[in-house]
Order: sequence, then C-alpha cells, then structure tokens
Amino acid sequence: MTVRNRILVLLSAVAVLAAVAAGAVLHASARAERRDQTQAGGPAVTSGPVTLTARGRLVFRNMAWGPHRDELTAVPASAPAGARTASGVKCLRFYAAAGTGVCLQAVHGAVSDTYRALILDARLKETARYDVPGIPSRARVSPSGRFAAWTAFVGGDSYAGTNFSTRAAIVDTRTGRLIPSLEEFGIVKDGRRYRAADVNFWGVTFAADDRTFYATMATKGKTYLVRGDLEARTVTTVRTNMECPSLSPDGTRIAFKKRVPGLPADAPWRLYVLDLRTLRETPLAESRSVDDQAVWQDAHTLVYALPGDYGADLYAVPSDGTGHPHRLTTAAVSPAYLD
Amino acid sequence: MYVADSRAGAPGAPVSADGAVRPSAGRRRAAVAPTVLALGTVSLITDVSSEMVTAVLPLYLVAGLGLSPLGFGLLDGVYNGFSALVRLAGGHLADRGGGRHKWVAGIGYGLSALCKPLLLLAHTLTPIGLVLAADRTGKGLRTAPRDALISLSSTPENRGRAFGVHRAMDTAGALLGPLVAFLILRATVDGYDAVFTVSFCVAVLGVLVLVLFVPNGAPTPPTAPPAPQPAATAATAPTASTAPAERPTLRAALGLLRRRDLRRITLCALLLGLATVSDSFVYLLLQRRLGVPDRWFALLPLGTAAAFLLLAVPLGRLADRVGGRRVFLAGHGALLLAYAVLLSSWHGTALPYAVLLLHGGFYAATDGVLMAAASDSVPPALRSSGLALVQTGQALARFACSLGFGAAWTLWGDRTALLASTVALAVCAGCCALALRPAREAVS
Repeated sequence: MTVRNRILVLLSAVAVLAAVAAGAVLHASARAERRDQTQAGGPAVTSGPVTLTARGRLVFRNMAWGPHRDELTAVPASAPAGARTASGVKCLRFYAAAGTGVCLQAVHGAVSDTYRALILDARLKETARYDVPGIPSRARVSPSGRFAAWTAFVGGDSYAGTNFSTRAAIVDTRTGRLIPSLEEFGIVKDGRRYRAADVNFWGVTFAADDRTFYATMATKGKTYLVRGDLEARTVTTVRTNMECPSLSPDGTRIAFKKRVPGLPADAPWRLYVLDLRTLRETPLAESRSVDDQAVWQDAHTLVYALPGDYGADLYAVPSDGTGHPHRLTTAAVSPAYLD
Repeated sequence: MYVADSRAGAPGAPVSADGAVRPSAGRRRAAVAPTVLALGTVSLITDVSSEMVTAVLPLYLVAGLGLSPLGFGLLDGVYNGFSALVRLAGGHLADRGGGRHKWVAGIGYGLSALCKPLLLLAHTLTPIGLVLAADRTGKGLRTAPRDALISLSSTPENRGRAFGVHRAMDTAGALLGPLVAFLILRATVDGYDAVFTVSFCVAVLGVLVLVLFVPNGAPTPPTAPPAPQPAATAATAPTASTAPAERPTLRAALGLLRRRDLRRITLCALLLGLATVSDSFVYLLLQRRLGVPDRWFALLPLGTAAAFLLLAVPLGRLADRVGGRRVFLAGHGALLLAYAVLLSSWHGTALPYAVLLLHGGFYAATDGVLMAAASDSVPPALRSSGLALVQTGQALARFACSLGFGAAWTLWGDRTALLASTVALAVCAGCCALALRPAREAVS
C-alpha cells in the first residue's frame, strides 16, 4: 500500500471512529439533561427550609430526577415516602446527629474532581471544611454531635488499577482537630501490637461517651471489628468478619454486614446484629446483599439502602431477626433520623 | 483530532524532547527511525485509551455500579505469575518465523482494544476482573515484541535515544488519558459508557496506526549495523534461515541465558528489582514520612510520570554517549537517593517534589535504557525473547520485593522496612556495578 493510500485509510477510519466517539458522548450528555427533568410518578420535591433540629424528621440525599437531584431533603419520619423538602445543599454522603451534620461533596475542578467534607450546623450552614482524599463512602456523627467521621476510597495507581485502599478520618468539630487517617492509631490485634502497610479502616460508628468508637479494619485479606479509643489513640480488634458497624442508640448492639460463605463474590453480604453482652449474632430478615452502613431508626428498626432504579432505595427491617424488610421510599440514600 | 495528533507526532515526536534535542533537524531525523516514531505514536494513543479507563475505574465501580472495590487486588498475585508467562510467550512467538513482531504486538494491542466495549457489558466484579485481566494479557503480549521492534530499527549508537523517545511518547499518552476521561465525564453525568466507547475508538486507532505505519517483518536498521554482531545481518533478511545458529526455537530462547552478557544484565535487573519498592509503597511513604497532604495523594503518580516524560529522552541520549549500563546503575542511584530523603523525614516543602523527580528520573534512566542495554547482548533473531526474559525477571523480582516489603512493614514498621530496602538496594547496586564493569567497557 502506498503512503498516500495508508493515510487515506487512516483518515476514513478516524472519521468513523470520531463519529462513534462523538455519538457516545452526545448520547451520554442527552441522558444527563433528562436527569434534570422531573419524572412522572416520582416523589414530589419542593424547595424549603431544612434544619437538623426538627424532631421526627428524616433527612437523606434525594436521588430522584429533577432540579433537586442530589440535594439533602427532609420528610416526616412517619411518612418517608411523602413529599420532600429540598434544602439546596448537594451531598454524595450525609449523616447528622444532635444538630451537627457532615456532608461529603464533590468539587468539580478544571482538570479533575476533588472531594471535601463539610461540617454543617443545624441550619445547614458550613462551619468547617476538610479535604477528602478520594471517593466518599461512609459518613457518621457521634450522638452528641461533637465528632464526625468519614471514609473515602483512594483509587489504584497501577496499570488497570486494581489496588484500592480506604482512608477513615475523624474530626473533633469543637476543636477542629482532625485525625486524617485512623492508620495513625496504634493497633492491638489479638492482644498484641500490630503493624502492616496494608491496613485499611472504614465505617466508623460512635458511642455516646465521645471517646469510644467502632470501625472496620482490614488487613491480610481479613476484616475485623475494632473498638477505638479517641483519647488513647488506639484500636483493638474485637471480632473478625464484621464490616460497616452501626452502634444501637442504647449502645448494646452493633448492626453490621457480614461476608457469608457461598454467596457470589459481588454480593457477599448479609445484615446481622451482634449483641455486645452475649456476643450472639442474629441474622436479619433481609435476604439480599446489603452494602451499606445501616442506621438505627429506633431501638428495634434498622434502615439501609439497596440499589434501585434511580441509584438507591431505602428499606427498613426489624433488628431482632423477625418480620420482613419493607421499602420506606425510593430514590434516596444516606438517611439520618433527627431527634 | 487524532490524525493531527499522530501526524504532528511523527516529526514532532520530540515535542517532549525538543528542549533537550538541540542539534540540527537533519541529524535528529536520522537519529530516530520512522518505525520508532510510529511505535511511539501507537503507544501514545493506546496509553490515552487505557489510562482513560484506569482513571475512571474506581469512580465507576464505587459511584457508577455501587460496588465495593476492596479485595479487588486479591488475585493480583496469581495474575502476576500468569502475566510473566504471557510476556515470555509473546516474546518467543514474535521471534518465531523470523519477525512476526508486528503481528504479535498487534494481537496484544487488539486484545486490549476489544476489552473496552466489554466493560460496557460487565456490571459485577468477577466479569470486570476478567476483562481487566484480558486487558493486561494484551499488554503483556505486546511489550516484548514492541521493544524488540524499537531495538531492531535502531543502531547501538542511537538505541538509548530511540527508547527514550518511545517512553516519552508513551508517558505523554498516560498523562493525557485521565484528562480526556475527565473532560468526557464533565460533559455528561455519569458518562462512563461514553468514556469506555471513546476509549475503544482511541484504542482501535492505535491498532490501525500500528497496522498501517509500522513496517512488516524484521525492520531494516536505518544505518548498517556495525561488525561486532555478525548475526545482525540475519535479521535484515526476510527469513532467519540464513543464521541457523540463531534460529528462534524455544531451546535457543532458553539458551540465551548461557550468554554471559545477557545473563549478567538479567541477573542485575533481577537483583535490583528485588530492592525496588513498588510505586504504591513509595507514595504511601511519601505521605506518611514527608507529610504530603491527603488531597495531593492522587496526584503523586502524575509527578513521577511528568519527571519520566521530561527526562526519558535526555537520559536515553546520555546512555548512547556514556553507556546504557552506566545510566541504568545511575538511575538506581537516584532511587537510592529518593529512599534516603524518605528515611530522613525532613519536612521541607520541596522534598516531596525532589522525591518525585528522583523517582521519575529513576524510571527514565532504567526503563527504556535497560531494554537498549540488553539489546546489545541479544542476537536480532532472538531479540524479542531476550528482552522478554529481562523484563520478566525484573517484573517478578519487583513483585517479590513488594511482598517482602509488605511483610517487613508488618514485622518492623515502615521506617525499618525502608531502611532494609535502602541497604539492599545499595548492596545490589554495588554488586551490579562490579558485574557490569567489563561489559560496560565493551559498550562505550
């Protein structure tokens, strides 16, 4: 083939490939526009004031298509599927307790997206902000509202990157003191001091004493429930195969997701509750794989997200293993009950 | 857009190198063979395509599919072994039949290209893991034949520069890829499917440039090869039959290790690889020991890549002048220095930049330069097998090192683990300096 012909072949191929590529981008951006239009049959969402001290309200990230997509919205806890009040504050992940909120957001920069954590007061005004080193995953606030925690996935950096790690950070909202990664803490594993480069932490949950917390630690392919001490700056392993712990309001039980043998690799978890006094595990009535840090609606009910048509839907299930799960509302994630 | 890129890329390939390559245009053109520029263009385009996917993959898995990507790297160990076999097989297959380099490399590039649309169909971890494994198989398959083509289309006098130009173009693509992916995500919402489709189109273009513009069969060096390598003439002939001693059989490929020169360089690459802490550990140490803030963490690999891009051509030229083995060793000296800075734990603002510069310089002085240096010890008919051997030895050694380093970290903590690596690297570099000395004289 002459050089001229080769260039002609190349040019025509480029024309075809460019058309396909442009078509794909246009198709995706048209879809993006559709997402800004309200869908028939979806929940009604209107702008309005949202505060974190309104008793009996449930606040979550609204995922329904329309102008208020991704905003924090509030509904009455007694009617979670009802009309939503949108706050105008956009978050990827959110949690709140005692009038303090933590909101993990994406910041769209010129050449890449970055993430940050905002500490919000009761009127959703930002009081502090911190850089988050990767894609936000979990968010929690201590029952007193003093401490906030978040987890982020930090992406792989190798070819076809398959190395992922997580970073869990805790901040004292009163003093502003930040623990950027729990990896700074001393680790006591099976009674002995432990160190490893591959240690990852995620899914922090706080006790009422503002000193104790629980979290997941992973190392050498195993996950552990750890109990942390914010003053001694240590974490101690408690049990294996427990992820995303969530401490009950009375501090006696921990809801968590457990990797159950024999399940498919991409849907390996079931919800369980561990009684901290008897150390007995109770499987919950939810038969699907749950990849979420559950939230206690009250002493007897757990709420969690499952994949849905618009990203995620919220479900509730009794915490004692009885009953059946039921859907609270569609197109919602990151719930927080205000009381 | 890409036509302009690739065509402008040909004479302007030294875009990156322009500052460094100052001699007259005529000399520059003679120095880097068109095949090298074509292969550089193919690598640039392919790296744009693959890095687009790499850049969005974590976000896609977590935000797009709602998967938990932890534990995803568990199969890496198994896969590293398989990848070594693929690399050796690719190297050997390319030598058989007298110069199938282009086609074996083409299959490798093609396989990776086909993986991109498959990502659109895979929605759970296992299929995605398989697609990524196939993608990496493609990369393993093509690396040795491609490097053999680069080395066969250059002369021992300009081989360092040829590899330098290729690596610079390759790295430029790796830096552009994430940017393209980001622009697409910005123009859409959750437009991962668009990213994968565009990545596929770009990859196809890369294969096409390879098919259309890389010469078939064993390429003819731009200038007659010098006398010391009598088998070199065999490579320029359409078949290898004229050099029965170097017929590219499996036995001959294995017999390469009986060559003192190649054995030494392979052993050195292996030894030094055993003391080369993997990139992710370097970035982790940078963060923990020099206090690099979290928000810069994701940008650390870009720092290494930028230094690699800037230094690849100058250091390749230096290798041509003073000998590849010397530059290869000096590169490990730079790595040693980087370890020393990390060990010192000084908290100067410039120190992280210095470490990244040294780290990128280490790659620029070792990656292509090692291939150029090893080429001198392998007859052309077995070039691909020989280079695959060196690369595989190095890759396996580095993998062993990352396992060892992780274990040392667990036992003794990060500082002691790094101290041990530093001592090991110093000892290995010392041994290699001695082992490579006589050969170095032969080169320069």
